[in-house]
Amino acid sequence: MIWKMTKLKAVGLASAMLFAAPAMATECIAPADPGGGWDFTCREVGRILSSEGLVDGNVQVTNMPGGVGAVAFANVAGKRADDAELLVATSTVGVTQIAQGKYPAGIDTMRWLAMLGADVGVIAVDADSPYQTLDELMAALKEDVTSVATAGSTGAGGWDHIRLMMLAQAAGIEDIAAIRWVQFDGGSPAVTQMMGGQVGVVSTDMGEIKGFIESGDIRVLAVLADEPISAFPDLPTAVSQGYDVTGYNWRGFYTGGDVSDEDYAAWVERLQKLYDSDAWKEVATNSGLEPIWRGGDEFAAYVAEQEQQMAEISRQIGVIQ
Amino acid sequence: MDILASLWAGFSVAALPINLALIIGGCFAGTLIGALPGLGPVNGVAILIPLTFAFGLDATSSMILLSAVYYGCMYGGRISAIMLNIPGDEPAIMTTLDGYPMAKKGQAADALAISGVASFIGATLATVGLTLFAPMLAKAAIYFGPADYFALYVMAFATIGGITGSDPRKTLLAALLGLMLGTVGLDPSTGVARYTFGSFHLYDGFDAIVALVGLFAISEILFFLEGKAQSSGLVPPGRVFPRLSRVKEGLGASLRGSVIGFIAGILPGAGASLGAVMSYSAEKRISDKGSFGQGDPRGVAAPEAGNNAASGGALIPMLTLGVPGSGTTAVMLAMLISLNIQPGPLLFQRSPDLVWGLVAALYLANVVLLVLNLPLIGMFTRVLGLPVWGLMPLVVAISYLGVYAITHAAFDLLVMVGFGILGFVLRKLDFSLVPVVLGLLLGMDMENNLRRALSISGGDFTILVQSPIALTIYVLTGGFLVLSLYLSRRDRSRTLD
Repeated sequence: MIWKMTKLKAVGLASAMLFAAPAMATECIAPADPGGGWDFTCREVGRILSSEGLVDGNVQVTNMPGGVGAVAFANVAGKRADDAELLVATSTVGVTQIAQGKYPAGIDTMRWLAMLGADVGVIAVDADSPYQTLDELMAALKEDVTSVATAGSTGAGGWDHIRLMMLAQAAGIEDIAAIRWVQFDGGSPAVTQMMGGQVGVVSTDMGEIKGFIESGDIRVLAVLADEPISAFPDLPTAVSQGYDVTGYNWRGFYTGGDVSDEDYAAWVERLQKLYDSDAWKEVATNSGLEPIWRGGDEFAAYVAEQEQQMAEISRQIGVIQ
Repeated sequence: MDILASLWAGFSVAALPINLALIIGGCFAGTLIGALPGLGPVNGVAILIPLTFAFGLDATSSMILLSAVYYGCMYGGRISAIMLNIPGDEPAIMTTLDGYPMAKKGQAADALAISGVASFIGATLATVGLTLFAPMLAKAAIYFGPADYFALYVMAFATIGGITGSDPRKTLLAALLGLMLGTVGLDPSTGVARYTFGSFHLYDGFDAIVALVGLFAISEILFFLEGKAQSSGLVPPGRVFPRLSRVKEGLGASLRGSVIGFIAGILPGAGASLGAVMSYSAEKRISDKGSFGQGDPRGVAAPEAGNNAASGGALIPMLTLGVPGSGTTAVMLAMLISLNIQPGPLLFQRSPDLVWGLVAALYLANVVLLVLNLPLIGMFTRVLGLPVWGLMPLVVAISYLGVYAITHAAFDLLVMVGFGILGFVLRKLDFSLVPVVLGLLLGMDMENNLRRALSISGGDFTILVQSPIALTIYVLTGGFLVLSLYLSRRDRSRTLD
């Protein structure tokens, strides 16, 4: 006890908050198998939380795959809603599932902590494609919605598809459900199929297809970010071309719905410290993420808005009634 | 010349003491992981990734370690397939067809040697192909569209009827059952839940490896509990050392299997399991005189060469395009990205040390695996000398541990037991289990590619026969079927005479 008090004084505020919490190990649930994006988020964030001294000891990572995150969501809602030492990794994919009613409950079941970074959506065509700008592509689709086959790494109603639908809507295309959409098992298979002439446009995350942008095999018509991104500052955003659409695939965390306001605030603060650290900036950029912060109530509101938007588009394209 | 110089530089990277140690360690670990039912290359590679970070290995050394494990697993998967009739991983299912009957006849050592040499031939030829033609082959693979992949799967299923010895109607029924089981889960193209009965656990469908362990390992145990293990389960240890003459019998089949497997490997939508299936069924058409399924060395050599060549081939789209050709290469790509190496078309130019170091390491890994595997045959055959009451509980324990280690879900243990009971019933009814797994494993990809083709055409089915590649595959398939009908008619009329 005395040892702990001295340590507390030495390390300061961050440890003080920890000391108040029960002496349990911090746990991060990755609602997927080892190796995927959610697992990566838990492991890297867990490692930095502990190396920056933001938590006591190590962060234990638990893999709880199933139902695209629904199994972990149900488990936390049912058994661990008040566990203040628990983080659950999630992303835009999880919110899409919630918006389409594929989780056992809605977003207000959980407390949304923060997003730490995001992969940015891109709209790309083959280097030999006739479409030079986003305007040209949208004009072609407006003339005949079936004129171009579009593709991405998710099925119809997944985030890659919804981002493209948002753009089409912004372009004033009405019958968005008629646009042809093809699902592939990832962004790079979609791009190679586009290079082989099977599809005309790919909408997906930038991280996985950076190599093709660098090699010049594909042309990016629009980056779905607020500002041009650091890795490719010359690529045009959709916003700069007059389409008010952004499409981040963010990585972040939620915790149980019954966690107290103090514990919630403490987590948001710890995650913000982590976000500000150089270690996180390095991990994020190395893995193709733009470091972007939204935390606390601002993040909860952002998630709520995103969920609304997704549910709306899902209804229009007939994925949900 | 360019290639030789690059390869020479690669060998100077691969021959660094640390990299040599990683190759040997990785090959050994991979063989063990591959031999354990349930654990396969994907898990082996995923398990080792944290280790590469912990050791602070650089990107080249990490890739060398993971690739050695990957190749090692492909060698290892055959061991339990031959010894226990339980495939160590998915691509090894075809090896059970003739490998286990050989072991039953007391020729386990021969079967292990044949498959070891076949693995070596397959993997080495694939590595040579990778060295010489990687960029060119990758360009060709790009022109394979969804309709062409669908045609490829049609070909695989069209030949399934003939791959097992039993009644072709039962084989087709079993494949159909596998196809049905494969439809469970979220529909990938629309996200609609199919046959999940409201359970989130079924959203991802049945994992092929869980089904495989259940069908093969658990059903074996059920047979043992029934008291018939003496006749069905265990095999006599037989000879401890393989005979060179038997190994020679598999050489031609190995070469043919390597070519077919390599092609399947290069195509990102195909993979090692498809490669093994195609190699086996082609070999059966070419050389079967009624001995396939009874323990024919060529039936062991062809699929083993095929799946090892496919694994090597899968590295081509991975290195030249950054497109994963299999689950394992997907994990390896993820690791490259986290080491700040951007996979994609520029990898060869930007990181020649990594690419050529890796290629050179693959040559070394193949030699290491052959040297490692042949002397170990004696040790593996002695496992069969273990008393049944000792071996069976071990199989149960490994099955449960393996499945839980990869899925982290108790629910999947129940699924495994469910598949075990299904396997028990099917075997009682004299159904082969191999087509069930193939239906489950290949059916999903076949459906996805059909759906993709139809999404591209806007629902017009003629897209399936518009591409010259698909048409060629259909013509070949038709030729296969007509030929086998003709051959079986001729055989029947001969026996009647």
